[in-house]
Amino acid sequence: MKPLGGPYITRTTVIAAFMVAIMGILVLIRLCFGLRSVTNLNDGFPWGLWLAYDMVAGSAIGCGGYAVALVVYVLNKGQYHPLVRPAILASMFGYALGGVSVLVDISRWWNAWHIVWPAYFNLNSVMIEVALCVSVYTMVLMLEFAPPVVEKAVEWTGRWGGDLQAVATTVEKVLNKVLFVFIALGMTLPTMHQSSLGTMLIPFGPLLNPLWQTPVLPALFLLTALCMGYSVVMLEATLVSDRFARISEAHILGLLSRYLIAVVTAFLTIRWSALLYQGKLHFLFTSGGLSFAFLAENALYLIPVILLWPEHRRMAPRYQFIAAMCILSGGILYRLDAYMIAYGRTGWHYFPSVPELLVTFGMIAVEVLGYVLIVKFFPVLPSVEHAQTAALATK
Amino acid sequence: MNDEILTCVETKPGLSRRTFLQFCAVMAVTLGLPPEAEGAIAQALTTKHRPVVIWLHFAECTGCTESMLCTEHPALDKLILELISLDYHETLFAGAGRQADAARRASMAANKGKYVLVVEGAIPAKDNGIYCKIGGRTAVEILNECAQDAAAVIALGSCAVWGGMPSTKPNPTGCVGVDEVWKKPVVNIPGCAPNPYNFLSTVVHYITYGKLPELDNQGRPKFAYARIIHENCERRPHFDAGRFAQEFGDAGHRAGWCLYKLGCKGPETHANCPAILFGDVGGGSWPVGTGHPCIGCTEKGIGFEKPIFALAELKGVTPPASYPGIVEQQGHGATIASVAALAGAAGAVIGASAAMASNLGKGSKPESPSEGKE
Amino acid sequence: MPLTRRNFLKGTAVVGAASTAATAEVREEKTLSPKALGLLFDSTLCVGCKACVVACREANNTHPEFNTEDKLWDTPLDLSVYTLTVIKAYREGTGVTKDQEKDGYAFMKKSCLQCIDPSCVSVCPVKAMTKNSETGIVSYNPDNCIGCRYCVAACPFGVPRFEYDKTFARLRKCELCKPRLAEGKIAACAEVCPTGATLFGPVTVLRAEAERRHRLVPGERAFFPRKTADSPDVHEKPAPHYISETYGLTEVGGTQMQLLSGVRFEKLGMPMLPKKSFVSISETIQHTLYKGMIAPAVLFGCLLVLVRRSGKHDEHEDNHTGDE
Repeated sequence: MKPLGGPYITRTTVIAAFMVAIMGILVLIRLCFGLRSVTNLNDGFPWGLWLAYDMVAGSAIGCGGYAVALVVYVLNKGQYHPLVRPAILASMFGYALGGVSVLVDISRWWNAWHIVWPAYFNLNSVMIEVALCVSVYTMVLMLEFAPPVVEKAVEWTGRWGGDLQAVATTVEKVLNKVLFVFIALGMTLPTMHQSSLGTMLIPFGPLLNPLWQTPVLPALFLLTALCMGYSVVMLEATLVSDRFARISEAHILGLLSRYLIAVVTAFLTIRWSALLYQGKLHFLFTSGGLSFAFLAENALYLIPVILLWPEHRRMAPRYQFIAAMCILSGGILYRLDAYMIAYGRTGWHYFPSVPELLVTFGMIAVEVLGYVLIVKFFPVLPSVEHAQTAALATK
Repeated sequence: MNDEILTCVETKPGLSRRTFLQFCAVMAVTLGLPPEAEGAIAQALTTKHRPVVIWLHFAECTGCTESMLCTEHPALDKLILELISLDYHETLFAGAGRQADAARRASMAANKGKYVLVVEGAIPAKDNGIYCKIGGRTAVEILNECAQDAAAVIALGSCAVWGGMPSTKPNPTGCVGVDEVWKKPVVNIPGCAPNPYNFLSTVVHYITYGKLPELDNQGRPKFAYARIIHENCERRPHFDAGRFAQEFGDAGHRAGWCLYKLGCKGPETHANCPAILFGDVGGGSWPVGTGHPCIGCTEKGIGFEKPIFALAELKGVTPPASYPGIVEQQGHGATIASVAALAGAAGAVIGASAAMASNLGKGSKPESPSEGKE
Repeated sequence: MPLTRRNFLKGTAVVGAASTAATAEVREEKTLSPKALGLLFDSTLCVGCKACVVACREANNTHPEFNTEDKLWDTPLDLSVYTLTVIKAYREGTGVTKDQEKDGYAFMKKSCLQCIDPSCVSVCPVKAMTKNSETGIVSYNPDNCIGCRYCVAACPFGVPRFEYDKTFARLRKCELCKPRLAEGKIAACAEVCPTGATLFGPVTVLRAEAERRHRLVPGERAFFPRKTADSPDVHEKPAPHYISETYGLTEVGGTQMQLLSGVRFEKLGMPMLPKKSFVSISETIQHTLYKGMIAPAVLFGCLLVLVRRSGKHDEHEDNHTGDE
C-alpha cells in the first residue's frame, strides 16, 4: 500500500473546505445562542437531523470496517484484505463525526464526560451502552488506523535517520503484535452498539409508527448496519477506482456482494415476518405518507437483491455501484424514518432548517475532505501499477 | 329636535331641556338602540298619549317599587308619573281600600285593551290561592281579571317572574311566577330587586315604538338578560388569571379578586348588573363590586335555591380565544428554503450517481472521470 | 476441537442460546411505594380558571408565556420549560355543555404523571432523572444531565420539556412542589384550586377518593373536598356522570396522578397505553443480552482467537507481499 500522492488543493477539496467553514460558523452560533438559533428542534421532535443522520445513519455508513473485518478475519477470506484500510478510514471518519455531531447536539455538553464516568451510569438505559461503546469504538478505529500512520512515520523518520527510525520501527512491531486485540474489539463493539441503536427506539412505544416499532429492532438495525457497511466499501472502492483511475476491484467486490445479498435477505425476511406475526400489515394502508416511506425503504433493499442475483451482474461495476447506492439510500432512509420521520406527537411539526442542513452537509464535507487528504498522504490504498496513475493522480 | 316639544317639556314637568334629553339618551343607551333613537324617544315621550299603567302587588316585599323610587335621572316620581298615567299602585296611592279598587276598575274599563299591567310579587297558587287575598279576592283571580284586557303584562322582579324568595323550598304557599298563572306572553324582568332601568327602558321602548323589545325564550328582554354576568364582570381577568379571594377579608378579597370560590353565581346568572350597576353612585356599586359574591337573584333554580356559598356551574363558558386546545400545532415545518436545500443536495447526489452509473457501464477504464465529489 | 469456521459458528450459536435461555431477564414489575404521593384531577370539577397554572409559576419561579400578538395575557399553549402545568380545553361542535363529548367542552390539566415505571428514569444514561423510592416523585438533576433529550423523546405523555433557546440549557417538569413539601405544605396547584378539581395526597387515599366518586349516582347531592381528599373544606354539588375508568391505575405500569373525567380520556389528549411499560421491554432486552457482560465477552474471546489464527492481522507482512 502506498500513499496516493498528488495535489491537496483540488476542486473537490476546496468546495469541501468551504462547506466545512460554513459548518464551523454555524456550530459556533449554536454553542453561543442555543439549539433554536440554528435548528428547528422542539419538544415534539427533540431529536432531529443531526442525531438521525449524522449519528445514527452516519455510524452505520461507518460500518465498512466492521463488515469487511468480519469477512477477512472471521470467514478467513484473505482476498478482501486490500479493502480493509480504506474501509477503516471511512469508518473512522463516520464514527468520529457521529461523535462530534452528538457533542454539538447535546445541550449540556460540559457534562459529556459523565458518559464515561461510572458513578453516573444508569445501566438500565440503552443510551449509556451505546455512548460508551461508540466512544471506545472510535478510539479502537483510530488504533486500527495506526498502521498506515506508523508506516508513514517509519518512512519519514527514515529520511531523518537514526534513533527516530528505530523508535518508529519498534512502535510498528509492538503495534503489529497487539493489533489483533483491537481488530477483535472492532468487531465486538459494533455488534453491540449498532443493535442497541435499534433497542433505543423501543421505549418510544406508539410514538414510533407501528410499521417501524417492533421488538426485533436490534436485529434489524444490526443487519442494516452490516448491509450499509458492505455497501459503503463497495461504493468507496468503485469510486476510488473510477476517480483516481485505477484498476477496478470489481471482482473482489462481486464476491463480497454475495454476503451483502445474504444479509439483505435476512433483514427483509425478519422485518416482514415480524410485521406479519404482530398483525401489523394493515398499517401499510393506513399510514399515509409513511406507508410510502416504508415501501420505499423495502424497495431500495429489494432492488439490489434482484439486480445482483445473476453472477454476471454481480461482477459488473455499474450494478455494484447502483446496488450499493440503493442499499445506502435504503439504510439511511430506514434510520431517518425510525428516528425522525416515523416518530412524532400529534400537533408537532419538524423539518430541518437550512442552517441545520448546512451543518449536516458540512459534516459530510469533513469526511470527504479528510478522506481525500489522508489517502493522498498516508499509505491506505492498495498499490497498483497503472500507466496513467501519475497523470491522473492530479484529480 | 322640535322646539315646540322642548318648550312643552320645560313647562309641563318643569324639566330643563338638558335633563330631559339626558334621560332620553340614557334610555336609548340602556336599550341598546342606535343614536337616532334618542330623538325618537324624546319625540314619543312628549307627544304621544301617556299610557296607562296598572300596578299590582302580590307576595312581595315591595323592593321592586323601592328600587324604582331610587332612580335619579330624572327624579322618577316627577317624570314617570307625568309620562305615564299610573292609575293603580298600592304603595304610592294616597287612597286605599275600596276607593283605590274602584279607581282601578274605572281605569281598566276606560282603557280596555290599552293599559300596561305591571305585576310585582309572586302569586301563591296553592289551595286555590287563598294565601293572598286583597279585598276578599285571591291574587290569582285579580291577576286573571286584570291581565284579560291588558295590552302588555310585565312581571317585575324575580318573585313575579318565577316565584322569587317566597317560593324558597318548601314553598308552603305554592308561590309561582306570573307566567304560571297567566298563560299568554309575559315580559319577565327578574332580579331581586331588578335594576329599575331595565324596567324603565322596556316601558320607554314600548312607548316609543309601540312594541316590546326583543325577548329571549324566557320572556326576558335580551338587552338586559342575554349575557351571563361572568362575561361582563370587571373581575373576570382575575378569574382568568386564577386569582381568587379565599376568605372574606383576606388579602385577595381586599385586592378585589374574583369571588368564584366564595360562591359567586356570576357564571350561571343572566343579568346586566356589572354593566349598568345600581343606585347611580358610581363604579363598583353592585354586589360583586362591593366584595360579595353574586347570589344569582335573577335566575330560577339559582337564587334562593342554591346555597350562597356553593360553587356556580359554568354555563357555556367562553374560554378566551387564546385558550389552548387539547392539540395545538407547534414547531416549524418545512419552508421553501429548507426543502429546496434538501432537494438540491439529494438531486445532486442522484444526478452524480446516475452519471457515475452510466459511466461505469461504458467499461472498466473510464477515459475521463465523470463529475463527482471525489 | 479445531477452531474452524464451522465450529466457531456452531459455538456462537450454542453460547448465544445458552446465555439467552439461562438468563432471560424479564424486567420485574415496578410497584407503587406505600408512601407514594400524587394528585387526583377531576375534569368535571375543573372550571378552567387556571389558578393552578399561576400558582405553579410562582412556586417554581418561572415566567409567563405569551402566544398572542398583544402579549398582554399569560397564554401558554402547552407544557414548556417555563410552564410545568397547563389547562387545556376540549371543545367539540358548539361547545356549550360541560363534560359532554358532543357539542360540549371539558378541561384537562396536563403535568407530570409521576409514573410508577417512568420511561424518563429508565432511559436517562446519567441518572439525571431519578425516582424517589418513598414518595415516588420523579426528579430532575441538572448537575448530572448531559442534555441528550432522550427523556423528552421517550415520555409517553410528552411531559419533560427542554430549553432550546439558551446557551446553557436545562429541562423542567413538575416535581410535585418538593421544596413546598419540605416546608410541610402541599403542592401549589392543589392549594389554590377553588373547586377541588386538583387534590394532593398519598396515592392510596386519592385512589380511594376516586373510587368513592365512581360510586356516586349522577345527579345526587354530593360533597367534594378541596386541597386534599380528607380536607374539612368541602363544597356541595350534584354528582356528575363519570367515565367508568380512572386513568392512571394501569397505564404503562400505573401513574401517581389519577384522572377522572366526564368525556373519554383520548378526547382529553391522554393516550391509550398498555399495562406493560415500553421501557420494561428495552430493559429486558438489554439485561438479557448484556447480563454480566457474558455474551460480549464470549464474542470477543472467539473473535480474538479467530483473528489471531487468520494470520492476516500482520499488516506489515502483508504490505510487503504486495497486493493480490
